[in-house]
Amino acid sequence: MSNHISSSAPTIISNKRSFSLATLRELWQYRDLIRVFVYRDLVSIYKQTVLGPFWFVIQPIITTLTFTIIFEKVAKLPTEGIPSMLFYMSGIIFWSYFAECLTKISNTFVQNANLFSKVYFPRLVVPISQIISNFIKFSIQFGLFTILYLFMFPGSERASSYNALNLLLLPVVLFAFALLSFSLGLIVSSITIKYRDVAFLIQFGIQLLMYGSAVIYPITTVPVKYRIFIELNPLTGIFETVRFTLFGTPMPELWVLLYSIGFTLVSTLFAISLFSKVEKNSMDIV
Amino acid sequence: MTKRVLEVNNLSKSYKLGLINTGSLVNDLGEYYRRLTKRGYNPGQIELSAKAKPAEESKKKYHQALNDVSFTLNEGDVLGVIGKNGAGKSTLLKILSRVTTPTSGEVRIYGRLASLLEVGTGFHPELTGRENVFMNGAILGMRKAEITKKFDEIIAFSGVGQYIDTPVKRYSSGMYVRLAFAVASHLEPEILIVDEVLAVGDSAFQKKCLDRMMEVSRSGRTVLFVSHNLSAVKQLCNRGLFLRSGTSIFEGDIDKALSLYYEDGVATDFSNPVRDIRPFARKECLGNLTISTITFNKASFVVGDNWEIEIKLENHKPGKEYKDLLLDFAIHDRYDNKLIHLTNIFLGADRLSFQPSDVYKFSIPSIDLSPDRYNLFMSLRANEEIEDWIGEPVQFDIIESNNYGFSNSSLIRGMSQPKAKFQVIQNA
Repeated sequence: MSNHISSSAPTIISNKRSFSLATLRELWQYRDLIRVFVYRDLVSIYKQTVLGPFWFVIQPIITTLTFTIIFEKVAKLPTEGIPSMLFYMSGIIFWSYFAECLTKISNTFVQNANLFSKVYFPRLVVPISQIISNFIKFSIQFGLFTILYLFMFPGSERASSYNALNLLLLPVVLFAFALLSFSLGLIVSSITIKYRDVAFLIQFGIQLLMYGSAVIYPITTVPVKYRIFIELNPLTGIFETVRFTLFGTPMPELWVLLYSIGFTLVSTLFAISLFSKVEKNSMDIV
Repeated sequence: MTKRVLEVNNLSKSYKLGLINTGSLVNDLGEYYRRLTKRGYNPGQIELSAKAKPAEESKKKYHQALNDVSFTLNEGDVLGVIGKNGAGKSTLLKILSRVTTPTSGEVRIYGRLASLLEVGTGFHPELTGRENVFMNGAILGMRKAEITKKFDEIIAFSGVGQYIDTPVKRYSSGMYVRLAFAVASHLEPEILIVDEVLAVGDSAFQKKCLDRMMEVSRSGRTVLFVSHNLSAVKQLCNRGLFLRSGTSIFEGDIDKALSLYYEDGVATDFSNPVRDIRPFARKECLGNLTISTITFNKASFVVGDNWEIEIKLENHKPGKEYKDLLLDFAIHDRYDNKLIHLTNIFLGADRLSFQPSDVYKFSIPSIDLSPDRYNLFMSLRANEEIEDWIGEPVQFDIIESNNYGFSNSSLIRGMSQPKAKFQVIQNA
């Protein structure tokens, strides 16, 4: 009995519910559900496929090859002395982590309308489990990247000036991606309850956003007078930091970094308060 | 000293009617802009309409699904919520299940509450039965350790043992429901909320569900039960909450609640063989000569009973003559299969003229249908035109029994049970 989800204080249902410490406690009580959702998201994708989890790495490999051919060989974009395969692959796997979290979380309400209309659990369980399951997917891809990195990076021109301590920033960078996709996803999902338009916007917008985020080119290649537009995208600062962490390229300017951090924190706070506000009656509208 | 487990205080819920908004962000922004600019350019007009509109508009635009409902439940209470469609039963359940929030008022829950608005919520077709048991359990609020502990029991109860590692998309719908119910019924909450779960599956499975609910309620847990199956409500519950258009009409003793509900003329009282047909909905018909009552010879039947109905008609145009009466009825099962179709013409009574004092009687000397609830549909023609056509079924029950004197009726699966014989012919 004691291992059932419960609490000693009465549960109060009214329209005044909002985000508080109690929400966090409740999320912790539902950790098994988060685990189960993560398992479902990872396992259900490759059921009835021959290659199974290998699909997680096939995708970035093919995209990396394509990008290398098009952007390096055809468009001849510079990669700041980083082996081009590594440059593109790092961009792609970090980008797809961000992009997939964002798209999946954006669909939280619409995708789970049936579930949400039948049973209660803290709704944040769904986006949190998306962050985690995509993180596991990312880790597999990052493992592949590490193998390539160990082969290709030591011989490259960046290697001599690279300080391995940079790697300590890696968890921070990942956390930033997670938090930013989490908060933007929550905001979009909150809006899509009422307005489905935003879902379409995200669908194609996310593809365009990649080109505006210094994923496949270093910010230094952007002409100075246009640079500000790219820098106003909070993702730019994070992607520049990714390359600093992995390859020792210069850190982004301080204000770009602070801006990215500030943006992420503010949007997270805003997202959680918006989400807690709309989730209460979401099932009357979706 | 009984413990209070649930308190519902002045609960109300209103829904906005019509479209929630114009449906797209662009239109809504446009609407918002128009309102803003209108206010800027012509404040007088806005003020006028602001005074005149809200009162009449708010009446139309909002639907009060629940209106100031209050009640409390003590430990061990089994409350049946009754009321016709749209009375607010589902809204109440949704609020208690925390799927939506009330507009005003509050609910206090002391202890664990589990709600079953559906069985198998969140089942993923690609995952195996085993994986789905864990997932569904977690969704319903069980911890992993608890599910692991009860896993064998759940599988045994569901009876899908050998298929437990098969993806549930390969399950038959019966297996699916049984597995889902097995998980749900192993929840051990202090308060259990159940909605029409019994309406799924075949009658044997429904009986199993009912038995399980009985068990739960006998074990001292509090149950809140919503169903249209009034005999189940009567069997299970000790208290009743009767809702009509969102308002609580009565809360207390279940028999009192049910009798008030019957008096309200909406539900069928199966213990009364006389059915008043006048309030029933009608399909397209002339309506000069209508069916007023149908009287069964018994309140409920057993298989093989002599089944009779007496039909009384009512003439709304005194003096009008009706010739060539054709009384036509059909008995359908719950899946809407037409099992029996009879008219007076089939039975040799044509050229029948209407006499106000006449009563028309059909009889089937041995009704060989298997135990279940049956729907009777009836229409009446006169002078080659449809005079009356009842739009909703008149229901009657054939209760657990069989035509063969066999001890366990539930093993007999056929829809019909014709008189039958078995012999061993010994060729010496």
